[in-house]
Amino acid sequence: MKTSIIIFPGSNCDNETERFLYAYTGVKPVRVWHKETTLPDVDLFVLPGGFSYGDYLRAGALANYSPILKELKKTNKKILGICNGFQILCEAGLLPGTLRINKTQEFICKPVTICRGYDKYIIPIAHAEGNYYHPYPADFTFGADGTAGVSIAYTYAEDVNGSVDFIAGIWHNNVLGMMPHPERAFESYHCSNDGFKVLDDFMEEKYKNENKI
Amino acid sequence: MLTLEEKQIIRTNLGRLPNPTEMHVFDAMWSEHCSYKSSKHWLKQLYTEGKHVISGPGENAGVIDIGDGDKLVFKIESHNHPSFIEPYQGAATGVGGIMRDIFTMGARPIANLNSLHFGSENDRRVIDGVVKGIADYGNCVGVPTVSSKCYFSDCYTENPLVNAMTVGYTNKEIFTSVPNKKGIIVYVGAKTGRDGIGGAIMASEEFTEGENKRPTVQVGDPFQEKLLLESSLELFETGTVIAAQDMGAAGILSSTSEVALKGHYGIELDLAEVPLREEGMEPWEILLSESQERMIFVLDEDKAKKQDVYKIFEKWDLDCFILGRLTDTNNYVVTVKDEIVCDIPLKVLEAPELIRATEDRSEKRKQYFYPPQIVADFDMTWIKEQYDSQVMGNTIKSFGNVAIVRIPNSTKAIAMTTAANPYYCNYNPQLGVKSIIRNCHANLDAIGSVPLAITNCLNFGNPENPEIMWEFTETIEGMREVCEELKFPVVSGNVSFYNETSGKSIIPTPVIGGVGLIDNYENINYNISRQ
Repeated sequence: MKTSIIIFPGSNCDNETERFLYAYTGVKPVRVWHKETTLPDVDLFVLPGGFSYGDYLRAGALANYSPILKELKKTNKKILGICNGFQILCEAGLLPGTLRINKTQEFICKPVTICRGYDKYIIPIAHAEGNYYHPYPADFTFGADGTAGVSIAYTYAEDVNGSVDFIAGIWHNNVLGMMPHPERAFESYHCSNDGFKVLDDFMEEKYKNENKI
Repeated sequence: MLTLEEKQIIRTNLGRLPNPTEMHVFDAMWSEHCSYKSSKHWLKQLYTEGKHVISGPGENAGVIDIGDGDKLVFKIESHNHPSFIEPYQGAATGVGGIMRDIFTMGARPIANLNSLHFGSENDRRVIDGVVKGIADYGNCVGVPTVSSKCYFSDCYTENPLVNAMTVGYTNKEIFTSVPNKKGIIVYVGAKTGRDGIGGAIMASEEFTEGENKRPTVQVGDPFQEKLLLESSLELFETGTVIAAQDMGAAGILSSTSEVALKGHYGIELDLAEVPLREEGMEPWEILLSESQERMIFVLDEDKAKKQDVYKIFEKWDLDCFILGRLTDTNNYVVTVKDEIVCDIPLKVLEAPELIRATEDRSEKRKQYFYPPQIVADFDMTWIKEQYDSQVMGNTIKSFGNVAIVRIPNSTKAIAMTTAANPYYCNYNPQLGVKSIIRNCHANLDAIGSVPLAITNCLNFGNPENPEIMWEFTETIEGMREVCEELKFPVVSGNVSFYNETSGKSIIPTPVIGGVGLIDNYENINYNISRQ
């Protein structure tokens, strides 16, 4: 499985995301600068966490105007947005809804429990704007893969930041966005190694644990 | 402000009266903050050697060797005065300044630590502002804040202390601010504005109530810092850099003069092309502006042209232009277009050392006694959760007594801690500082690391008061003795005097940051909590 990381000015989780994808696939991810206008031939694009354009205007708002986003909107390959990546995907209209400031009005960094069906993962969050909002969350299917309309991929086990229906991640067609950081949950000293399970959920059967170290 | 005697010395050495621009230049360069004139003499006595020390005090930060070509760069710095005037921006720019010191030397910051001293837990204006300032800046740049310690005492009510420490890592070449050959001086980063003018002078005076000092505080932009960090590290790889220096106190002036003084060169600057945020700035304002997120590089002119290094800054959308060049004249010359506004021999620009009077106050210590204030119900979780301690994915243990961060792509890990005990230091400065350093050493030892070196941040009151100066010299004496005994060298540091408002001074508050090495993080002899 080949992967690629899209890097914006202000992205700051690119290095650990690279290590995370390398540990999962055994292949070094291709780093793509946001000003480029062609996409490499890979199976998964990852938009890493960080503060693209310093979160000016709104988190993710300016990254939407980067040339690479035009290409991403056309591709049918899988796209995973983590934290700031999720915010960018929402701003770009690739995913519905928006991310507001946390109900505490403050940055929150801690490991949380997220749920997918009967599965529970412990994965850290670190965000100031992760309070997901959509007016009709009842229209979303629950816990499915994104093929039959918008699906709620992950929910927090408890109310962490004020998200409607405790939503932590949204999956639609080939695009998954989530606020928790799976790339901070895979090494021996991390809070868990549940990060890989996110990729297991998202990627097709044939890629699963292919070269996992 | 310059004293009458200092003005007389300047006049004699210069052989003429300085012009108004030159007066501003002397005012800033001879301030305590820039010149360390009261402490320079004493700091030379510290124990700074060790076989693993690559670069000791005097540089932007200390450098130690941790084997296999890996190097650690670290320093602790205060940003006390601005944090009282404007807590949010003061603390944010403090974090920005110390991180810039680290990557100026070619190392990527891998961990931030801080030691905060407040008046009481109810002082929400200062506490909320400082914590949010540190969090917003560190989180946005993407460097984990892995340790934060809070202390409370009445004397910090109007003199809060914000001490920030950054540890950086590199396995490549280290760059210093000492040029070993001539080159062009390139200005990189944010535009120059009127913020922070006179900041160095402000930090070298006592505060009196009711004064409006807000314009002397700088405003931080962590996004610019992130761009500057990435582009600088890219530039260092090209092999065109001769020396580098970030712009801190007294901006362009102190950074350029420091490079020239250290390399024994003269310097010629042209301010005409400096990118400005507002029109009509005077030459002295441009020289002294403390606008954040700016740096100078001394580059090899031919190589830089051949490799077209300016493309790097174009990629990162940063301003970059040639500010001047190093010369053989030994003069500090500033022009605006063709008009010379400042021409001073560099030797004259360097402030003379002061050996201030000291007076033993050990007899009087009872009346100064401050009991330690333990605030049991102060919610540290609220602070910890605001700091992104996990970014970079290398944090093994955060907060608590010692923090552990792994070296990227290696089995090595670094143990880090800050230590302070102002209550003890107030009672006996010499024994107090000894206990802090021993405590720091023991903590690093206990977690299974080899203690390597320390950095110090010395916070004191007004050095013109002989009793305060006595506290300072006693602290230095204690530090020298205990470091020598433990073979625990001081590799970098910072002195903050004039922590005094309306005649009320802080108790002596040396803060020590210690670093130790763990060979293999899998073997840490410690019950690491999963949290």
